[in-house]
Amino acid sequence: MTAIYSFHGGIHPEEHKTESSSSPIQTAPLPRFLILPVSQHIGAPAKPVVCVGQRVLKGERIAHADGPLSTAVHASSSGYVTAIEPHLIAHPSGLSDTCIIIETDGHDEALPASSHPNWRSYELGELLELIRDQGIAGLGGAGFPSAYKLNNDNIQTLIINGAECEPYITADDRLMRERSELLEQGIAILQHITGASEVLIAIEDNKPEAIEAVRAACEHQDWTVVTIPTKYPSGGEKQLIELLTGQQVPGGGIPADLGIVCQNVATAAAIAQAVIEGQPLISRITTLTGGCVANKGNYEVRLGTPIEYLLKHSGYSLEQSQKVIMGGPLMGFTLPSLDVPVVKTTSCILAPSKTELASEACTQACIRCGHCAEVCPASLLPQQLYWYAKSQNHEQLKAHNLADCIECGACAYVCPSALPLVQFYRAAKAEIKEKSIEQRQAEIAKNRFEARQARLERDATEREATRAARKAEAKTKAKQDSRYADETDPVQAAIERAKAKKARLQQSGEANSVSNTLEELKAKLERAKFGLEHAHASGKEEKVLTALAASVGRLESLLASEQAKQAQAQESSE
Amino acid sequence: MMLQQVSAPHLRAGQSTEEIMLRVLLALVPGIIAMAHFFGAGVFTNIIGACIAAVLCESLCLRLRDRPLLLYLKDYSAVVTAVLLALALPPYSPWWLITIGTVAAIALAKHVFGGLGSNPFNPAMVGYVVLLISFPVQMTQWTAPSSLAANPGVWDSVLAMIGSEAYDAVTMATPLDLLKQNDGFMVSALWQQYPQFGRFSGVGWEWINLAFLAGGVWLLQQKIFTWHAPVGMLAVLGLMSALFYDGGSSSSGGSPLFHWLSGATMLGAFFIVTDPVSGATSNLGRLIFGALVGLLVYCIRVWGSYPDAVAFAVLLMNFAAPFIDYYTQPKPYGYQARDADK
Repeated sequence: MTAIYSFHGGIHPEEHKTESSSSPIQTAPLPRFLILPVSQHIGAPAKPVVCVGQRVLKGERIAHADGPLSTAVHASSSGYVTAIEPHLIAHPSGLSDTCIIIETDGHDEALPASSHPNWRSYELGELLELIRDQGIAGLGGAGFPSAYKLNNDNIQTLIINGAECEPYITADDRLMRERSELLEQGIAILQHITGASEVLIAIEDNKPEAIEAVRAACEHQDWTVVTIPTKYPSGGEKQLIELLTGQQVPGGGIPADLGIVCQNVATAAAIAQAVIEGQPLISRITTLTGGCVANKGNYEVRLGTPIEYLLKHSGYSLEQSQKVIMGGPLMGFTLPSLDVPVVKTTSCILAPSKTELASEACTQACIRCGHCAEVCPASLLPQQLYWYAKSQNHEQLKAHNLADCIECGACAYVCPSALPLVQFYRAAKAEIKEKSIEQRQAEIAKNRFEARQARLERDATEREATRAARKAEAKTKAKQDSRYADETDPVQAAIERAKAKKARLQQSGEANSVSNTLEELKAKLERAKFGLEHAHASGKEEKVLTALAASVGRLESLLASEQAKQAQAQESSE
Repeated sequence: MMLQQVSAPHLRAGQSTEEIMLRVLLALVPGIIAMAHFFGAGVFTNIIGACIAAVLCESLCLRLRDRPLLLYLKDYSAVVTAVLLALALPPYSPWWLITIGTVAAIALAKHVFGGLGSNPFNPAMVGYVVLLISFPVQMTQWTAPSSLAANPGVWDSVLAMIGSEAYDAVTMATPLDLLKQNDGFMVSALWQQYPQFGRFSGVGWEWINLAFLAGGVWLLQQKIFTWHAPVGMLAVLGLMSALFYDGGSSSSGGSPLFHWLSGATMLGAFFIVTDPVSGATSNLGRLIFGALVGLLVYCIRVWGSYPDAVAFAVLLMNFAAPFIDYYTQPKPYGYQARDADK
């Protein structure tokens, strides 16, 4: 049995888990349109590889991973791509992002899956590539590309996160209860990839059935299923690590610095599906709950399913509703519209009734009660951060480690004055980030300006130096020349040289000069072509490309006409 | 349909500022009853007078500062300040004394600095000290406990409050005064000589302090504040009095029990030192804050020129609170281990 440590602070909000955890996972129906954002993960957006009008099959890759910190996107049913355009996505600020929109044809025709049952014989790189190309990103909430996280050869401990500490959400709970074997396979793959010698599976003690199921499935393995006390936010990566190992991830560092990697249970199961069955990530388990949802429970939802469609299917009463939250009640955000799709990180859709959650309380003055500091899992001083955020004192915010705030909301939860603390911190973080970007840009511009200034000065002095040198040379020459002044006049000599050259040219005839122009034109064309290619390669603007292409064309026609002229001249001379 | 856009978290714990204040008021009830039992209806006239003055003064200040009246009045902070001040005043204080103290507490100590949450000093203690320095005679006339002299009735208390000369209460030196002015008597002899002394400290005072202690313990159990500041104060006060007890000789400062159960010790430890606004923030900071208050209380009581010292000690430490905060900042997650390594 692993010793249980503890982490600072934390809260015990009402759990509200039984509403959705009692019924088995249902499959959500197929919507008419699927909206698949290319950016459902942290990192570079996936690059679309389909075009509008193309028919796609279920499981077909429609956007591939762009770089290592990225992951692919797949069609979650068969149908036709009707658009690739910006569409409203699930984002707290109501942003739009590129989405691939598929009109489903109802056949749900799947691409034949290529399973990899003998994955143990695969090389590490192959497995990681497979995970990336199957579109696996952290399903716990952040959506971090799993392959990137797993690509580390300094791992001794693998932590499987089944804490699910947010109230209302029971997606991982049901997954552990119903798909413990798949989970076991996924953990085995993760252990194989990371080479971890120790595997800890952490589950909060409010999920006894899940603990039982996972214990039974992992009995033959030498892993440890650790029952952790129910306390929010024990499922936070850093908090969970401290809870299980007593160690803290160093400030500014990552768990791998301690030889630890964390993966969510749903991610582990998705990896098993992706590797063993060859099925990419096209659906996830999402909890639908809250007072406005009649059929509360967990649903296997295709990624891209519009939330409105999903809610209607689960008996959502629109009239009663006033806000819909994606994620849990503590860290989730209210949706700007229901026309946004379910994505890889959608663990829960919470449609509370009017009285269910905290109402818009009037904020009062901070009375410095210090409850916020007592519950802060990052051991920060939320109250001081609040004052400094309010006065935009960025220096002090940095000194008080605002960057280490995980935005769990425990401080605002306990605040007797109902201050929207997390909102202040988020805004301050954004301000600081913006400022640092501005600063960096200003620095670059400054450096560039200074370099240019230095170059100009250098050029000027060089020019001055050569001019002086030439002057001196001319002076000495003039002195020398003046000695023989009576013998030859230099100006006269130059005029004579020019005359001689002209005569020579006239002698060699016109043909020569024509071939000279031809040579010149050819060289010019060559240069223009090279310029155009280069511009293509470096991805210049459309305008530049067309201008370059036009100049190449012009040169080509000029060259052709010159060549024709020459041929004519030759013919006539013959 | 318009969907509401609210920032996370969408859940909140039940406890609001007004609930905290109401619980503090409730926790004061046993102490108030004990005081009324020993000193009569004058305790109530003090409280009522102070509350009326406080609400009026708070309303006026809010109006002047252009703040919503009802929202701020219903946080009950003015009432808490008024009750704490009223309990510190001698029973049967005249209305003008009460009013001056309350105005000093609410307007000067709180609103001048920006209202609740921004006051660097404990408002009730500022009010008390302003009165103590300005009107030392009125402020040091404590009524005799009911067991030693009959307390005036309700009507007499009202007369006393409106400043009528018709009533003159029987006042007596408090046990803290007696111990302070003692020269030449052993502690046990002092006890025999004056009827004001009870079992451990003064007659009545020991019960009043125990009642405030009970209220404070209930607040602790309700998690309104942490144990750090009260325990720090009581521990150091006890330690100091144990160190200088001197076997009960004529130069003794009094026993730990005497100090714990005398004057405003328990009221201070659980209702004044625990004021979050003017105290230290972190738990370690609160412990230090409380301990230093305890140290100052003892020093002023025994070697200073005032018999009781909670108000001065608290105000002096209010000065030091930001300083304590600065040096007791907790290490955030991820920086704790690194320092331990060093």
